[in-house]
Amino acid sequence: MTVDVPRRRALNVPRSPLWLAASLVVLFSLASVALQPTFLSPRVLQSNLSTFLPLMIIAVGQTYVILGGAIDLSLGALVSLVNVVLVTSLQALGADPSFAAIAACMGMALLVGAAGGAVNGVLVGVLRLQPIVSTFAAGIVFGGIALWIMPQAGGSMPPVYAKTYAAKLFGVKGATFMLLSLVAIIYLISRTRFYIYLLAVGSNRPAAFQSGLPVMRIRVLSYIVAGLFASVTAMVILASTSAGDPLMGQAFTLGSVSAVVLGGTALSGGAGSAIGSMLGAVLLGLINNVLFFAQLPFVYQTIVQGTIILAALAGGIMVSRR
Amino acid sequence: MAGFSRLAIPLIAIVAILVVGEALSPGFAAPRQVFNQLTVASFLGLVVIGQTLVILAGGEGIDLSVGAAVSLGALVAGNVMNGSDAMILPALAASALTGAAIGLVNGIGVTRLRIPALVMTLGSTGVITGILILMTNGKTSGRSAELLSQMVAPPLLFGISGIVYLWILVGALATFVLHKSRFGYSLVAVGANEQAAAMVGLSVPWIRLAAYVGCSSVSALAGFFLIGYTGSVFVSIGNQFVLTSIIAVVIGGTALSGGSGGFVGGALGAVVLTLLQSVLIPLNVAEFGRQMIFGLTLIAFMVLYGREPKST
Repeated sequence: MTVDVPRRRALNVPRSPLWLAASLVVLFSLASVALQPTFLSPRVLQSNLSTFLPLMIIAVGQTYVILGGAIDLSLGALVSLVNVVLVTSLQALGADPSFAAIAACMGMALLVGAAGGAVNGVLVGVLRLQPIVSTFAAGIVFGGIALWIMPQAGGSMPPVYAKTYAAKLFGVKGATFMLLSLVAIIYLISRTRFYIYLLAVGSNRPAAFQSGLPVMRIRVLSYIVAGLFASVTAMVILASTSAGDPLMGQAFTLGSVSAVVLGGTALSGGAGSAIGSMLGAVLLGLINNVLFFAQLPFVYQTIVQGTIILAALAGGIMVSRR
Repeated sequence: MAGFSRLAIPLIAIVAILVVGEALSPGFAAPRQVFNQLTVASFLGLVVIGQTLVILAGGEGIDLSVGAAVSLGALVAGNVMNGSDAMILPALAASALTGAAIGLVNGIGVTRLRIPALVMTLGSTGVITGILILMTNGKTSGRSAELLSQMVAPPLLFGISGIVYLWILVGALATFVLHKSRFGYSLVAVGANEQAAAMVGLSVPWIRLAAYVGCSSVSALAGFFLIGYTGSVFVSIGNQFVLTSIIAVVIGGTALSGGSGGFVGGALGAVVLTLLQSVLIPLNVAEFGRQMIFGLTLIAFMVLYGREPKST
């Protein structure tokens, strides 16, 4: 017996199609090649990847929360918090720490991210508070803790941390390795029962609840997953900046939302993909790149950038309605 | 459906903050100090009136571009006036028109192109910020007229500044429109149940569009008066209002899902936020402590109400 499930129709929610994000990435890559002949050289690709990677990772994390029908406006602050925790603890290790000690610090960073995510998860999933407001409030607290741990940007850390990231492992550099791992993790998550349930919760929460899904646990878990991605984002940023900054994460909050929407995930939840969010993040980075190499006068850059992003956001959703 | 009990929580919070503030630093609850706080709160309060309109209209309505509208309204006003008393009224008109234009773009995007409000207003914020940078070159720009500055900030009557009277006036007008006019009924109907509203013949898109135009116009006007308070304009002058306006709406008991709430609650919410931010200043609490207390208090507020039902 086959059951004809109207898959597409059930998910008839406004979202940008994936092909649009992909074509725009190709378009802006071509523009980059035209403006910057060295764009395709391994060195420039590698450096662009390092620049884009943090937003790509945090956007993937944001995707899981949005797929569940919520949003996380604390992610930027959480990235800052993990960043200062990591810098402070690495600094305490001295100039030449063992790998085990560094691994312990990174494990702690993951725990901090997961704990922050759990806080959001409790607020939204257990206490059923409105996501926009409660995660923003939680973000203010995270930012406060980050400032408490490290009032000013700075700090130095064992050089081995950044060196390892820049070194080649199995023939690829750290950033490339992270990119491949990111894709692998997205694939693995998409194979889990959690992911299927998450889509169900995001597309129709009352129905998911009534069919007996553990709605509360799924929502909490989606925030914890996002928190873990915030930790990884902070680690990757630290590998290229080598310093702590209690305010560095701010741009990631709304940046990640933009990337997720550009990448074809519906803000109402239930439909979309983490790979799309990665494309969305790359697109945002490429737009910056093109504007920089187009040598547009500084005063025009923001308005052109804003217009392109608005057009892409709005255009994507309009295209999906045709 | 007004529900006076909804206002009880912010009212109790205001009294509690005043009592705590007076205990911590005597003079905090003195009339003159309270009037000062109201002056500061009034700019946020005006923006909250706009934000309430959009949120009441439902359909996941929210406006993240209010901050940019405040900045652009202030910038346009500052450049039209440029210190000249004679140009105050033209500046007021220019500022209101600028706001209306922003609201029109947001409203068309949300209602006609059916772009989610969060995305649309986030996107338009980017464009407006670009316009601001283009107009100012990133520097402060424009000057308030002397007369406007005197009307806004210093005590005007009974020790209360002009901007507070204006805030009360606009708030009262909005409340009257909400409860006594056809538009007000329609707005609440559309926010509470879109299908039912459409079935009785209300034009859902037009009513929502009007809410966005109203919101951006009031925000731009807040910018006009803000320049009377600060004297000149910088690009990010309005940023502080974006999320605080949404939080004030929630503290005031308006549901983010639309269709239920009002302007009095939002006004109380704006006062709570302003008092909360200033009660911590004389304490010599470091920045991190202030942030943490602020954030935790907000969470406490939301736990007190605003919980969603279990099955939805």
